[in-house]
Amino acid sequence: MNFMKIGQISPDQVIFFQYYFIKLNLTILFTWLIMALLVIGSWFITRNLSTGPRTGYGQNLLEILVTGIQGQINEISRQKAGRYMPFIGTLFIFIAFSNLLTVVPGYESPTASLSTTAALAICVFVSVPLFGIVQRGLIGYLKQYIEPTVFMLPFNIMGEITRTLALAVRLFGNIMSGAKIAAILLAIIPFIFPVIMQLLGLLTGLIQAYIFAVLAMVYIGSATQIQAKTQAEPQSNIHKKNDH
Amino acid sequence: MTSISLIAMTSIIIAGLTIAIGSIGPALAEGQAVASALSAIAQQPDEKNTITRTLFVGLAMVESTAIYCFVVSMILLFANPFWNYALSTVN
Repeated sequence: MNFMKIGQISPDQVIFFQYYFIKLNLTILFTWLIMALLVIGSWFITRNLSTGPRTGYGQNLLEILVTGIQGQINEISRQKAGRYMPFIGTLFIFIAFSNLLTVVPGYESPTASLSTTAALAICVFVSVPLFGIVQRGLIGYLKQYIEPTVFMLPFNIMGEITRTLALAVRLFGNIMSGAKIAAILLAIIPFIFPVIMQLLGLLTGLIQAYIFAVLAMVYIGSATQIQAKTQAEPQSNIHKKNDH
Repeated sequence: MTSISLIAMTSIIIAGLTIAIGSIGPALAEGQAVASALSAIAQQPDEKNTITRTLFVGLAMVESTAIYCFVVSMILLFANPFWNYALSTVN
């Protein structure tokens, strides 16, 4: 098995297996491994779910995870989580797992490659108009590009593109920098200190997964929320309080 | 001085300068953001969840400029296109 050298910036450059023109690099390999791990793991846990007072460890873990993600989506978008749950939850769990598995020696996080993060960001880029059109209709969605005036149209479109770029580069830069800094420190101070940086890298990885999911939800939420309702809500709350 | 050593020298110096100058602004801004978030939590402990989430999202936004600088310096050091071009002309 080929390991990543310090001069290589992304796991795309490490060829794991080559058969004539078919190349399998480390990014694809570890992405498939994580996908297999997640699918098999969730199948194994959800195989025998119980509604009784005694639940297994795995079911407990998944319930905490799912209700946590649901609560976050509810708070951010002030809508029901059901429709966004599969997409946002998958993003979070995939990125979190691919970042956390760096504790395994020889593993290279697929999110340390710009191709993976760009693919994830493009998923968000495509899903924002999709959810927006489903929620508000085509015209209602397109209307938000010319709000408050028509002159904002190019800036709105530019903002849409640059935030996708920022989403991809942020995740890539954070994870890649964590791996690179640990590798450089290993050459300078081989004892103890790289371990601390690795621990910090785990924390950063989890936070970045959270941020990626939250930002995706914020973008989707801003495209789907209906303006009149959110403005009317606080006033009705005040009236209710006054009535009491 | 040959073109290869000139490219190497310039790349290394610029990579250092990029990350040094580029991290000043985000560092100050993040400090400011965390300080005001802490005082906001001290004033309204009930809104802790919302403040923390907004803080994290804001920090990610602020940090992205520093990350861009870091990516540029990493490209200059590890995947320098000019260096590869100069090497290919020599060979």
